Amino acid sequence: MTTAATSAMARLQGIAGASHVIADPAALAAYEVDGVRPRAAVRPGSADEAAEVVGMAAAEKLAVIACGARTHLGIGGIPSRYEIALDLSRLNRVIAYDPGDLTLGVEAGVTLATLNDTLQQHGQFLPLFVPFMMRATIGGTLAAGVDSPLRQHYGTARDFLLGVESIDGAGTRVKSGSRVVKCVAGFDLHKLHLGALGTLGVITAANFRTFPAFPESRGLLASFRSAEEALDMRRRIAESPLTPLTLEVLSPEMGELFGRDFPESLGERCGPAARWFPAGHWTLAAALGGHAAVMERQERELTRIAELSGATGVARLGPEERPAVWARLREALPLVQAYFPGAAIYRISVLPGEFLRLIGALAQIGERAGRPTAMALRGVGVLYFSLLARETGANSVESQARASAAVFQAAAAVGGNAVVSWCPTELKQKINVWGAPRGDFDLMQRLKNVFDPGGILAPGRFVGGL
Amino acid sequence: MKLIRELQALLGRDSVLHQPADLMMYEYDGSVEQARPDAVVFPRTREDVVAIVRLANRESLPIVPRGAGTGLSGGALARRGGICIGFSRMNRILEVDAVNQRAVVQPGVVNLDLSRAAEPHGLYFAPDPSSQKACTIGGNVAENAGGPHTLAYGVTTNHVLGLELVLPDGEVVRVGSRTVDTPGYDLTGLLVGSEGTLAIVTEITVRLLRLPEAVKTLLAIYDRVDDATQSVVEITGRAITPAACEMLDGWTLRAVEAYAHAGYPLDSAAVLLIELEGLREAVEAQAVDIREVCTQCGAREVRVARDARERELLWKGRKNAFGAVGRLSPSYYVQDGVIPRTKLPQTLRHIDEVCARYGLQVGNIFHAGDGNLHPLIAFDIRDRAQFERVVQAANEIMAFCIAAGGTITGEHGVGMEKNELMPLLFSEADLAMMRRVHDVFNPRGLLNPEKVFPTTKSCGEIRVLPVAGSGAAPAAPRPR
Repeated sequence: MTTAATSAMARLQGIAGASHVIADPAALAAYEVDGVRPRAAVRPGSADEAAEVVGMAAAEKLAVIACGARTHLGIGGIPSRYEIALDLSRLNRVIAYDPGDLTLGVEAGVTLATLNDTLQQHGQFLPLFVPFMMRATIGGTLAAGVDSPLRQHYGTARDFLLGVESIDGAGTRVKSGSRVVKCVAGFDLHKLHLGALGTLGVITAANFRTFPAFPESRGLLASFRSAEEALDMRRRIAESPLTPLTLEVLSPEMGELFGRDFPESLGERCGPAARWFPAGHWTLAAALGGHAAVMERQERELTRIAELSGATGVARLGPEERPAVWARLREALPLVQAYFPGAAIYRISVLPGEFLRLIGALAQIGERAGRPTAMALRGVGVLYFSLLARETGANSVESQARASAAVFQAAAAVGGNAVVSWCPTELKQKINVWGAPRGDFDLMQRLKNVFDPGGILAPGRFVGGL
Repeated sequence: MKLIRELQALLGRDSVLHQPADLMMYEYDGSVEQARPDAVVFPRTREDVVAIVRLANRESLPIVPRGAGTGLSGGALARRGGICIGFSRMNRILEVDAVNQRAVVQPGVVNLDLSRAAEPHGLYFAPDPSSQKACTIGGNVAENAGGPHTLAYGVTTNHVLGLELVLPDGEVVRVGSRTVDTPGYDLTGLLVGSEGTLAIVTEITVRLLRLPEAVKTLLAIYDRVDDATQSVVEITGRAITPAACEMLDGWTLRAVEAYAHAGYPLDSAAVLLIELEGLREAVEAQAVDIREVCTQCGAREVRVARDARERELLWKGRKNAFGAVGRLSPSYYVQDGVIPRTKLPQTLRHIDEVCARYGLQVGNIFHAGDGNLHPLIAFDIRDRAQFERVVQAANEIMAFCIAAGGTITGEHGVGMEKNELMPLLFSEADLAMMRRVHDVFNPRGLLNPEKVFPTTKSCGEIRVLPVAGSGAAPAAPRPR
């Protein structure tokens, strides 16, 4: 170890205490991002300590990647530099929860599971029904910018995030927004942190509005012979007054994957679901909540709409059956990763009216690549496309890289926006997971320089290598 | 005059105002704060805007974008003079895409006009500021405007997906897109609510919502203000989510009733105007819950609007309330603080007590469901001593909101009215970061100068400026 590195290590120990600094290479393997291993990991006990770490890193020009449960670190480009893992899992306090006001302030390291346990005691919840929910933290979820099947009704974190406290690239603590449900004082800087992978700052706390949990819910699955029919049902629902909480369309291959055993690695037990996904069929999944009369009517009308759209079957899920299906909807991406480690998973935002054209183009890409594909669509206009591969070797990577260009083109052709949500590191060496920068990239670059003048926050991970 | 001639050559003579008599119209917005621009121009295209901006840059003149001038924080006033860009001629709805529930509009489109254009498709634009018959979507974007129904549907930022911008140096950039997500930093989210200090918006892509199947409007009538505020606490606490939950106190509703004849009960201490929307069954069930809560909290009566006409009258009264108050008082000052909804009863009591102590008449008409207060303090601008007391009372109310964990503005914006208050909410580091972000877009500070950020070093010196009642005081001297 160089003298500088030794002194940096001593500084980290001085800030967080020796027992909260990890330097053992084997232990550091757990903090790798795309195969890049940091030189140290530090677990600060407070936002002030975290700020000290970033300040020290800025002074020493050491690159920092903040993390929580490390479930979403696969998102983004390969870090160009990575010396310190800033593990925020000890920042796990609920700072303020006012159930009567339906508002909440939490530290970044709180896990979603813990949080929802707390909220549940007051009949409330946070609609962050995201992948790895049993382990993921609030900070990581916001920084990763992941969305959820509940997006149909509740939107994304952007829609219920009230404010954020963060640490900029110089180690200064800054905040924006407020803790009340409405505030237009100052710029909404907190929105910039969503999905930014910590490249503009380390999120240390966040404020949200919470939502009443529905005491009762129901669910319905409709099976179709074609994507066209399933999408016809989506359109009819969109044109109706019905208000499902979730509205997802799954390709037959995704349905087949949902039928498989639920991976233990996801940290929850989940019963079988194969019987709900008949082979070769597209599935539309709708979750409902609210008063019994409201749900009854919605079930009735959804069933009728499904029949009009040509459904081969409609299943109303019972209370024991729903969790197994909902968990799979939420964990669709981790499911793909678990069974197909060589897969590339694209997240494509598209106007709902263009779903069918896009699906056609993507299916062709799969055929040309000679690989199976799996698709999961959110009704609001997001299509998760997986080009499946079990292996991660050179051959697979070559064909994935070729297909990648075609996927970006297919998305652009229908006015959509594609990014690679997840893929093996080997593939990241060949492609740009964010696609080509857009006309607003110059502004983004200038903003990055303002938040992180030394370029030490997760360098290389974000759009255009930011 | 050379600049005026150049602007005229660029836009046509009928698109440039520069005579003092013409400019007077533009030295106000919703406030009696005066600031006269040197010229007002009316571009028709994005290219016009770019050319105007380039000229202003060459001359180092401030540029201030302006919609309908209905803002309540001085956001559209030319505080340092310069060129005011009026968007009244960029008022085309470029597209209503019913299949995908999107619309693309120019900034000068009037808020309500968009909902009217979308209505044949069963769609509407959700943000509904009280000024929606006049205010523009460009202004809504600048201020991140709210409205009664934002309780259920969110404010402007929740409905804007993409923007076309002219940066203060004349460069044109598109941020966001028509799809729900766009890769990269959320510049759209940053721009909405930036009060025209970062860029000039020349095109807006918004999300449209489906019109609800059923709407029911309830009027809960109270003999005590406390019972009304406690009802709001209970409604929120029991997680009943109406589409709107507005409160009018007795003084305000009497002013409103004299003007609107909407059926507000003249002898009550307060009413809650509650709207329920959604599926028929959901609306019916919620109406039962709301009635129960309000009755338990002491409402003497809960009425249901019988038909669309009754409903519209009630809302007409609510949305024109500021104007109605203008009939009673030469001037009034309206605040926009937000508090946690659990603290509504004590906050209203505090407002009452403060105004009584200063011998001031106050009315309360506000978005109770959001905890977004609008205390309206009546006064006569010619009475300087009284105005001083208004300022002091406003100071105390704002301090109380902040101490309660709230904020200084829920929807009206900071503008030039509350910019000196910003240090009460934000640290020097917070403001320095916002300032650096500002400078990324607007490094010369020519675009809408002296807004949002404090201009003095003195922390927390509240410089409140009264809002004129409609048809109220003649051009008043700037209060100091």
